[in-house]
Amino acid sequence: MTPNPPAVEMKNIVIAFPGVLANDHVNLTLQEGEIHALLGENGAGKSTLMNALAGLYKPVSGTIRVKGDLVNFNSPRDAISKGIGMVHQHFMLVPTQTVTENILLGLKEPRFAMSLKKYDQKITELQEKYGLFVNPSTKIWQLSVGEQQRVEILKTLYRGADILILDEPTAVLSPREIGELMETMRSMTEQGKSIIFITHKLGEVVDIADRVTVLRKGVVTAEGESMKGVTKKDLAHRMVGREVVFTIERESHDLGDIVMEMENVSAINNRGLPALRNVSLNVRRGEILGIAGVGGNGQSELAEVITGLRDCTGRITIQGEVINNYPPIQAINHGVSHIPEDRTAVGTAPSLSLTDNTIMKGYRDKPIGDGWRINFQVANEHTRKLKNKYNILAPSIQTPAGKLSGGNLQKLILAREINSEPIFMVAMQPTRGLDVGAIEDIWALLLEQRQNGSAILLISEELDELFSLSDRIAVISEGRIMGIVESENADIDQIGMMMTGMQQERE
Amino acid sequence: MNLEIILHAGIATGSVLLFAAIGEIFAERSGILNLGVEGMMLLGAMAGFGTSLATNNAWFGVSVAILAGGLLSLAHGLVTIQFQADQVVSGLSLTFLGTGLALVLGEGLTGETPPLLLDYNIPLLQSIPFLGPALFKEHGLLVYMGYIFTPLSWLFIHKTRPGMHLRAVGEKPAAADTVGVNVYGLRYLYTFVGGCFAGLAGAMISLSVSPGWYSTQTTSGQGWIAIALVIFAQWNPFRAALGGYLFGMLRRLILDLQGPRILLGFVNPLYINSNYSFFLIMIPYLLTIIALIFGSRAVARNKTGSPAALGIPYIRGERGQ
Amino acid sequence: MAMRLRIEQRVNVPKWLPPTTSIGSVVVAFLLGGVIFKIVGGKPLQALKFFFQAVFGNWAVFSDTMVKATPLIIIGVACAIAFKMRLWNIGAEGQFYAGAFGASMVVLVPLIPLDSPKVLIIVLMMVMGMIFGGIWGFIPGYLRAKYKVNEIITTLMLNYIIINWNNFWIFDQWSDRGFQMTATFDRVAWLPRLTDYAKEIKALSGVTLHLGVVFGLVAAIIVWWIFRYSRWGYEIKLIGDNPNAARYAGINISKNIILVMTFSGALAGLAGMSEISGVVHRLQESISPGYGFTGIIVAWLAKLNPFAIIPVSVLFAGLIVAGREIQPAGMSFLLQGIILFMLISSDVLLRYRIMIINTEEELA
Repeated sequence: MTPNPPAVEMKNIVIAFPGVLANDHVNLTLQEGEIHALLGENGAGKSTLMNALAGLYKPVSGTIRVKGDLVNFNSPRDAISKGIGMVHQHFMLVPTQTVTENILLGLKEPRFAMSLKKYDQKITELQEKYGLFVNPSTKIWQLSVGEQQRVEILKTLYRGADILILDEPTAVLSPREIGELMETMRSMTEQGKSIIFITHKLGEVVDIADRVTVLRKGVVTAEGESMKGVTKKDLAHRMVGREVVFTIERESHDLGDIVMEMENVSAINNRGLPALRNVSLNVRRGEILGIAGVGGNGQSELAEVITGLRDCTGRITIQGEVINNYPPIQAINHGVSHIPEDRTAVGTAPSLSLTDNTIMKGYRDKPIGDGWRINFQVANEHTRKLKNKYNILAPSIQTPAGKLSGGNLQKLILAREINSEPIFMVAMQPTRGLDVGAIEDIWALLLEQRQNGSAILLISEELDELFSLSDRIAVISEGRIMGIVESENADIDQIGMMMTGMQQERE
Repeated sequence: MNLEIILHAGIATGSVLLFAAIGEIFAERSGILNLGVEGMMLLGAMAGFGTSLATNNAWFGVSVAILAGGLLSLAHGLVTIQFQADQVVSGLSLTFLGTGLALVLGEGLTGETPPLLLDYNIPLLQSIPFLGPALFKEHGLLVYMGYIFTPLSWLFIHKTRPGMHLRAVGEKPAAADTVGVNVYGLRYLYTFVGGCFAGLAGAMISLSVSPGWYSTQTTSGQGWIAIALVIFAQWNPFRAALGGYLFGMLRRLILDLQGPRILLGFVNPLYINSNYSFFLIMIPYLLTIIALIFGSRAVARNKTGSPAALGIPYIRGERGQ
Repeated sequence: MAMRLRIEQRVNVPKWLPPTTSIGSVVVAFLLGGVIFKIVGGKPLQALKFFFQAVFGNWAVFSDTMVKATPLIIIGVACAIAFKMRLWNIGAEGQFYAGAFGASMVVLVPLIPLDSPKVLIIVLMMVMGMIFGGIWGFIPGYLRAKYKVNEIITTLMLNYIIINWNNFWIFDQWSDRGFQMTATFDRVAWLPRLTDYAKEIKALSGVTLHLGVVFGLVAAIIVWWIFRYSRWGYEIKLIGDNPNAARYAGINISKNIILVMTFSGALAGLAGMSEISGVVHRLQESISPGYGFTGIIVAWLAKLNPFAIIPVSVLFAGLIVAGREIQPAGMSFLLQGIILFMLISSDVLLRYRIMIINTEEELA
């Protein structure tokens, strides 16, 4: 008896963008009813490959077969009609519309006039089948991130998807929600669905995947291997091609005086809801204080109140001087430097040259700035030096910053911020979206700053990063500090519990 | 100064703004900012007038005006959707283009008298005291269509499936794209619709409300007022219509203020010195600015006011987050 | 041999491409304009001849062209600094009128006795022109900074308002014997012109080129310097490219919006003063064939480069001068519209490039 054809068979896929070969003759096979992990570091080409499967990109060459049939997708619609549904890392939901409206988006029904009650019913039934509960008439912006993800999954199921692609689904979830998601995945495969999930987290692959395909720089280094007996170390090796050092040397040393102090700080977010509630923290010279937490629990607002991008109640001082509720220039003048969460939207000016970007913080002072003038000769020289020192890859210093890769852009930002010899640095997600090589570079730079006596507030969603770099770790949940622990003594389960809102002792 | 007359005139001239504004609401809801409305209106006014003259049929003129406005807006669509050019500059260039075309092709039309759109009365309804004569008597068909068009637009946008798609495309085009909604196609469609209504509004001026062709004076900035009205109306057709009618009433009021010798118990300064009327002419433009201030503050407060993707070109599968 | 077109994003923009797209837009616009002109019964080749004469012909006509180019240069530069920050100052026309009003006040009130030294009067007119233009730029700037009100509409509305304001004074208070214009200004308020020296140099007779052109050149140099070497220019550039980054860098965006709009308005106001003091010599209803709008297109075509604005202004001035001979009158407006439209369409070529792929090679 011939077995069922694989749910998906991708052979020899080639996808290229200007200057980069994202997928180089990649093969991937998904069997029916299995959970298949697509593993690789950031920039390896995983999302690109799956976007092609979902109909968003067209491969330059190669073939795709779905359930045995050769397919040629020209748009997401074609992929959907073949039973493929993709849940993107950045949700594709319309914030101002309800759950039901979002699920029904793009479908032929309701024909013209909308009376949504009938559909609310249908959707509730679907929810019960797979255990994905959300109130159908709430608007998306009112839902939590985990709930929004459920809506995304429901969207694909409603369209009759039996092949689901999940792109970094756990990036935005708390440990408990991750557990729930894994149960949902198992329940779906038991009911005949096939799932590919993209991730760069080795632990998850070990926990849930049946088989794994590993991509490294656009090339397959492990194709559809069964997970039986495979360890994290094996996977890491396939992912980067060398032994990955998970811990980094962090010398302990004496800490100096308190540099930054936050007392009873509260703030509201853009939607008018409380984002920070009575936060009190301090950071000393030569210390890295890590802030752990699931994204969206007040981290952005925390960085913003310190750097003057948001007002708050309470007091924030740098070396005793109040800096909160002033425009950003106040913080800058007090030696606060900021590595922003969003390097393209906030941290750089994409059409301007490297030089223009490096002097963004230092253009007011000599030798670059001189009263009304800017001495561009000095600025260019300065930029050249930084470019070499930090190994920033770019055709020239006149290249528009927007053309740089993520890693190089981040190095540019770090070069700029570090160069101002900050007293206090706020680093938000400094290594998000970077490959291991760049991550190691950035970590080294941060530790060097720590060694030189800077005080650093490190806000990150990667627990590995926090454990490696921080002296102390504070956990934030729903705008409150749930506890602060010494990273040496910290235990990951304890942190995980605090992240989900269970208060712990302060040390 | 008869309130009934002012209301009547307000409805008539306000309907022009109504159509232009609601057309622009459709375009902006899909995410495309069309600043070329003034040019499209002028072109529509000229096209309607000229065609009516040539074919001896006012409704023919209206049809051509609609087409002219629509075609011009397709140029805007091409440049902003396909070429992803800046929507502000493109809209401005279309104002120039539309105005230029209207002036060139409309050369010599001043003073002509083609057939105009006729006025009609609606039986029964016209007998309602006070409101009846103002709303249902001696108006062009297009004004009456305006009464129906406004609620229909609102229903379309908020209560139908295509309306839901329209809103999605203007709020988060990526979300619509990934479920197979044709983002580019819809944006072209609604830009075209907006242009058509701008052309219609123009024809309404030259063939009905203020008949004649007076070069740029025909529209004298009403296209811009319509755009401001969209912001003030918070992208709601009902509010746009109301705003349009109020503006129309204001213009009539200004006209009326210049006539009588005694005004509000005092001697009318405008009667003594007709040059003071220049200040009156300023009022609509001044009020537009004030309306904009209130509208912008409301948008800033509400956050759910303007379509989130307005003015931002959509590029499928943008790399680099 | 099968071929396929492929469109891909550019990585680098070759230096020759932006000027080429500008020039190409003009050429295509001329062609299209010529076709339309022919259709409405004009003689395009003859019009083209007028145009070339205006720019390259004899000195007298060239001087006329330069006189028309003067306000365009100043306004072009005024628009360039606003546009660099993505502030859409569409109100240059209104600011021009405001400046004309301010300058007229000096002579018509009069603000200082008319037997004061000429230098004093001229300088005071310049100052008043810039103050009133500046105010007309300040208002939309303030509204934008404080209430986030769209400056395109406010500047446009202000255009209509100021024209009516001026008209009141022209028709009423300052009217010359009931005519719709003021009396001619006393000679002391006239900007010096080359023709004033016709007694010394015969050839200058009839050459109406006036000091305003120097204002234009100086303005271009100043703004060029601001963009290239100054702190303020850097901040403007940064705000224009990414306001979030500018805010993060500690730049006060509100202050700069107001400052730039006021500066832009002041320059446009200076253009107004230059026109009435150097050319018209009175205040009347029509003092501009749309300089404020043409200036916008000049700035765009010159890609906001102050030095490029000078030749582009000459080009458009030539169009205006030639346009005097051309019927229908709306032709030059149409041409400008086509040029701007072609320009923004061609901008796409700066971001993408079209390649012809040999499909057989590709599959190999």
